Amino acid sequence: MRRFLLPGLVTAAAVALLALLTFGVSKQNDTSSIDSQVQHGKFPAAPNAHQPLPILGKSGTATLADFRGKVVVLNVFASWCDPCQAEAPILAKEQQVLAKRNATLVGVTYEDLSSASEKFARRYHISYPVLRDVTGDFVRSFGTTGVPETFVINRQGRIQALQRFPVTTQWLDETLPHILAEKS
Amino acid sequence: MSTRVRTTALTAILALALALAGGATTAQAALSPQDQTSYIQVVNDVMCVVCHEPLAVAQSPEAFQERDYIRQLIAQGKTRKQIEDDLVTQYGPAVLARPPAHGVNLLVYIVPPLVLIAGLVTLAIFIPRWRRRARQSDAEQSTRPAATLDPTDAQRLNDDLGRFA
Repeated sequence: MRRFLLPGLVTAAAVALLALLTFGVSKQNDTSSIDSQVQHGKFPAAPNAHQPLPILGKSGTATLADFRGKVVVLNVFASWCDPCQAEAPILAKEQQVLAKRNATLVGVTYEDLSSASEKFARRYHISYPVLRDVTGDFVRSFGTTGVPETFVINRQGRIQALQRFPVTTQWLDETLPHILAEKS
Repeated sequence: MSTRVRTTALTAILALALALAGGATTAQAALSPQDQTSYIQVVNDVMCVVCHEPLAVAQSPEAFQERDYIRQLIAQGKTRKQIEDDLVTQYGPAVLARPPAHGVNLLVYIVPPLVLIAGLVTLAIFIPRWRRRARQSDAEQSTRPAATLDPTDAQRLNDDLGRFA
């Protein structure tokens, strides 16, 4: 019996490692990810919609659910990110259009100093609400691994479009009109 | 002294004073040797939250922002603990290279010593056993009688050796 102990332990360790590898690989090709669901027209509910996040430059918190009924263009950014600086003027201009259509941009900072984010908001005349995701958990629940990323959340609180790269005026013009036209 | 000369002199003194003040500000912004030491200690103990590397070696844009912020906090005279608290407020607990010892993070502090102790205990049990086994094997070899040849083989061997003599 004792001579089977060591081979048994080695086999158990090998099986455990294999199971871990299988789990990791299967998670890599997760077909239920937000991207693939949106691509297949199954609009997933925005995750962590009730998670309170501090409001940049103000006291108090806000949640994504606070904007329910509006189309929300959620933009994840950081002041240290060059592409975020490039898209900031486009988004600031878009907010003027959205505000008239029962819609809004909501910025969420990603691993950024609050003072630097405030400076960024002043520099690019950001008039829409900006929330701070201090731990990064909120942003990670959207599958975010970098910045900038933008998610369009419809009036039912579901992600209807997303852009994992900087947005362009063309992308906004092609994506937003039909989502804005939908009634709640 | 004419009014014009007096004005020029006053302007020169003012410019000199401003230049000195500017120099002093720059000198304050640079870190003293003591501050530099604490800066190195802090950056060795915190992480770049975006690239998940120690801040001391990280080269991402976020890491540069984080290091600048630490320099500012040191210049404000904050202690290492206050700086780490400020960093956690800004970036969350993931900024600390050594996670706080509570919750699941406790495993980081408990598991490695347990593995070490288990390894030492295993060695303490098996090393005497292996040594005993080795001693027994040596003893068996020394007490084993020398191999003997049957008379026929002995005769044949003697004959062969005789031919070579």
